[in-house]
Amino acid sequence: MNAATEPRTTPLCQAHRKLGAKMIDFGGWLMPVNYPSGILDEHKATRTAVGMFDVCHMGEVHFHGARAAEAVQRLVTNQVGKLCDGRAMYTVACNPKGGIVDDLIVYRVKPDHFLIVVNAANIDKDYRHFVQQVGPWCEIRNASDETGLISFQGPKAEACLQPLTRAPLAALKPFHFLPDVEVAGRPAWIARTGYTGEDGFEIFCATRDAEPLWQALLDACAGVGGKPVGLGARDTLRLEARLSLYGNDLTDETTPLEAGLGWVVKFDAGDFIGREALLRQRDAGLARKLAGFVMLGRGIARHGYPILDPSTGAKVGDVTSGTVGPTVGKNIGLGYVPAGLARAGERLLIDCRGKATEAEVVEGPFYRR
Amino acid sequence: MSENVPNDLLYTEDHEWARQEGNLVTIGITQFAVDQLGDVTQVDLPNEGEALKAHEVFGSVESVKAVSDVYAPISGKVVKVNSPLQDSPEYVNEDPYDGGWMAQIEMSNPDELKQLMTAAAYEEFLKEHEG
Repeated sequence: MNAATEPRTTPLCQAHRKLGAKMIDFGGWLMPVNYPSGILDEHKATRTAVGMFDVCHMGEVHFHGARAAEAVQRLVTNQVGKLCDGRAMYTVACNPKGGIVDDLIVYRVKPDHFLIVVNAANIDKDYRHFVQQVGPWCEIRNASDETGLISFQGPKAEACLQPLTRAPLAALKPFHFLPDVEVAGRPAWIARTGYTGEDGFEIFCATRDAEPLWQALLDACAGVGGKPVGLGARDTLRLEARLSLYGNDLTDETTPLEAGLGWVVKFDAGDFIGREALLRQRDAGLARKLAGFVMLGRGIARHGYPILDPSTGAKVGDVTSGTVGPTVGKNIGLGYVPAGLARAGERLLIDCRGKATEAEVVEGPFYRR
Repeated sequence: MSENVPNDLLYTEDHEWARQEGNLVTIGITQFAVDQLGDVTQVDLPNEGEALKAHEVFGSVESVKAVSDVYAPISGKVVKVNSPLQDSPEYVNEDPYDGGWMAQIEMSNPDELKQLMTAAAYEEFLKEHEG
């Protein structure tokens, strides 16, 4: 491996190695896929106690200035105007064709200061897109390298985190956040957000504070069975909660309407990029939709497996995400299929390495806490 | 990594093991393979009576992470499969060399055993190829 292809590391890399993690190159980042206890155990710990995730690789882009709100609204499909200070929302940024540039969380810090958290693999693409589209409107600063992010998720997350901070966590509602607080004596922001389908928090800090904060959080949750969780269980957790993964379920070629994210598209919000194309698609009707399915036969659907029409056997789509659902006790997946096959109760065939295996379309999350 | 490589078994480069008892050979996957796969959630086995050819796929092991083919170490007829693995695939993780065995084969060409690696050779192979 030469220097040019050497994956980047987060400030927690040494901590993962000390914990015995199996590390893999994931989208150019060296990340833990699982720790010695394994994916199923890490999944269960997150559902029953606390799971801790290194998400330092994710990107943080700050928007400052009198026109910051206007700039963010130009970029995203959800309604920025409904945010007040200390509130966050899930949204997507689209290209002019309505394809998804990235899925994001927008945080309003102050009327003239917004933070957008972006996917790790998209940091450069998003930043270029942001600057190109609204660069002259306000200051846009990529703070990804100087910002650490740890996700602390699970039913016991609040009880374990509270002793480390004076921030009033019980009063912090989902998708609200507290900037300028301290956790374990380090300056931090605490957001009640996550990617697991559980209650939980995401804690922003300076890169240099990430390692000591990680240690303090590990100690704080060890007593209740909390543990570090790698990318393997992150995937099973998010898919059970039916949260999309950019690069698999969402791409530049898929629109939020097709992806079942119509609820983050507010046509009245303003003249955001992609609005015209999405209006046209809405009015014309959707040809394909992202369907969630549970496997009826033996087999695990995996990314890239063909989806077949059960009446003709013809290929009608591809699995975009698929895995074991440890908590739901079924094998589950997502994939784009013709709209007529995307309704709950429809049957699909998944081509699992040559074995056509029956699956049933279901609506909504596979798992709800 | 735990170097769990029992001395009384023979090994393939695809990380299967073979235990010879007379003309019968019991086969499974090694601790190294199990460590790579992680939690096994599904095992697909051949049918009893099926004829297997050395180096050809006879089944598959799916973990949460990935699916992996399993290759026959030797040629012969399947006389027995470990059917409890259908309901309890975790035996492969817990005990790959015993409770996690996959199939028992009646050899058709015992000479093929000579092509398999001894425990010492397999350990050397792991060091060289898998770091």
